[in-house]
Amino acid sequence: MAELWQGYIWPTIFIVLQIVAVLVPLLLAVAYTTYAERKIIGAMQLRRGPNVVGPFGLLQPIADGVKLLFKETILPAGANRVVFIAAPIITFVLSLVAWAVIPFGEGMVIADINVGILYLFAISSLGVYGIIMAGWASNSKYPFLGALRSAAQMVSYEVSMGFVIITVVVCAGSLNLSEIVEAQRTVWFAIPLLPMFVIFFVSILAETNRTPFDLPEGEAELVAGYFVEYSSMTFALFFLGEYANMLLLSGMTSILFLGGWLPVLGFAPFTWIPGPIWLALKIALVMFVFIWVRATLPRYRYDQLMRLGWKVFLPFSLFWVVLTAGVLIAFDWVPN
Amino acid sequence: MIIQAICFYLFAAITIASAVMVISARNPVHSVLFLILAFFNAAALFILLGAEFLGMILIVVYLGAVTVLFLFVVMMLDINVAELRQGFLQYLPIGGLIGLILLAELVLVLGSWVITPEAQAVARAPIPPIDEVSNTAALGNVLYTDYIYLFQASGIVLLVAMVGAIVLTLRSREGVRRQSIRTQNLRSREQSVEIKKVQSGSGV
Amino acid sequence: MESLLREYLPILIFFAVAIGLSGIMILASYIIARQRPDPEKVSAYECGFEAFDDARSRFDVRFYLVSILFIIFDLEVAFLFPWAVSLKETGVFGFWSMVIFLGILTIGFIYEWKKGALEWE
Repeated sequence: MAELWQGYIWPTIFIVLQIVAVLVPLLLAVAYTTYAERKIIGAMQLRRGPNVVGPFGLLQPIADGVKLLFKETILPAGANRVVFIAAPIITFVLSLVAWAVIPFGEGMVIADINVGILYLFAISSLGVYGIIMAGWASNSKYPFLGALRSAAQMVSYEVSMGFVIITVVVCAGSLNLSEIVEAQRTVWFAIPLLPMFVIFFVSILAETNRTPFDLPEGEAELVAGYFVEYSSMTFALFFLGEYANMLLLSGMTSILFLGGWLPVLGFAPFTWIPGPIWLALKIALVMFVFIWVRATLPRYRYDQLMRLGWKVFLPFSLFWVVLTAGVLIAFDWVPN
Repeated sequence: MIIQAICFYLFAAITIASAVMVISARNPVHSVLFLILAFFNAAALFILLGAEFLGMILIVVYLGAVTVLFLFVVMMLDINVAELRQGFLQYLPIGGLIGLILLAELVLVLGSWVITPEAQAVARAPIPPIDEVSNTAALGNVLYTDYIYLFQASGIVLLVAMVGAIVLTLRSREGVRRQSIRTQNLRSREQSVEIKKVQSGSGV
Repeated sequence: MESLLREYLPILIFFAVAIGLSGIMILASYIIARQRPDPEKVSAYECGFEAFDDARSRFDVRFYLVSILFIIFDLEVAFLFPWAVSLKETGVFGFWSMVIFLGILTIGFIYEWKKGALEWE
């Protein structure tokens, strides 16, 4: 009995506590990202944004959550019920489980697997299912069109994302996320691989269906795209999943290009600040750019979007893979 | 070890159950969704074997790409299920035959595995040991050098697939106006702007 | 082997926690909120009109083409991962081996481009 506790139950409880320690701040961050988005866009459009609930409207996200909880869950008559309910759960679960491999500091990672970056790539490639399933199960026109567009779009930009990840892996020599961060001690990959950094950022905008690539949910033509028919908590799960995904991809950008938990400069006052705070600051910075882009740019046309993905990003990033590897080989800089 | 065993039986059971559902579900879209579940659990089984790279690639390629295509096809074809069921008996003999051949082949492979004593030794020793070299690196070390011909051949297979896909599905539609960025950018002010002096009170 | 699997256990538990959490959220809302469906409420949304016909219609063949091409490029990326990790081991030979592989696929890419498979209309 003692062995059972020692060998299995305590470790499991410990892991669950770790998971909770990641999930709670994450969900809070998601809630306040929505608040930040409304405030920032408000400020950029000379409005106030939410300012009624609580001081400076700070309790607004919580009020929104409670309101959604008390709403009726509508299951459309023509819908395929099981798939309809499963779709938001899949979106939400996938956007959370990816955080298991994100290193928040030196050794501060829930699952330090050898193929961390591949795991992230795999999870983000599954994200398309939540959307297709929602669009199909709703049995309504707007969701169906939105899901189709979204699937083709996510798939197109995933290719260039893959190539960008390869360039980083070539420079780091490992698929482990902690080792990728450690490889940036001397210089952040954003500097030598600047064009790849830009391509990666634009690709994650398309991957998360954000402006200027928000055609799948373009409210002016498709009303809200694939989640037209959703209400109450099923809607909330989509919403949370989408924002958690944005945070995740911002985290991925920080880890791949902005040195993850490493301080900006490697000496005293900067090294006093702990790693997780650096990572959070970098994620916040990338998120701010996300929101800034949304407030600034108009929506792309679908043919332009496809052309950008297939005819510009794909050949360019492929060329950079070869170029980076070639330079590393030629100067014998290949890491172990 | 117990957890490992529990996980194995759990994943294996789900894989088999969802594989059965793939062929027995009435709605083809449900079949594809069960296929996704089966692949996902198969990937988990790969990881249990220690083949983490293959497990992840199974998810990236099969779930992230191939099944999306299946889902597209099935969603669009709008298949009438009742019609499909009618032809079921007609294909039963040939389907059964293929199944039997596959079974025989599997028995042959597994049988020779049991009979040959060297084979077991090969299977037991992963090359190189997993604690020293991660299996991604182990694959990379041999794939591009020792197996270069096979690797290049797979490149050619992919090329053929790419060309084939285009030949089969590409139809050019007439009367579609495309955007040509080059011509847009090459337009000069002289070509596109015309200045007219308009007499006041007389119209253009 | 043991240590490798130990790293994956938290991911499994994470999956369980996340699925449990989302299930609880949907169930809680279903129990707390009043459920009163009526035929108008549960009909498909089409800007106030009755739905014209079945929503699951046929769509452009180009969507298939995109996903087939994606499969091919995804496989290419899959081949690149081990190569990127073991570039040190395989060295110059591995590099050129991959350049030839990518060169073959670039021929296909140019073919697509010329055929207009990448045009969206």
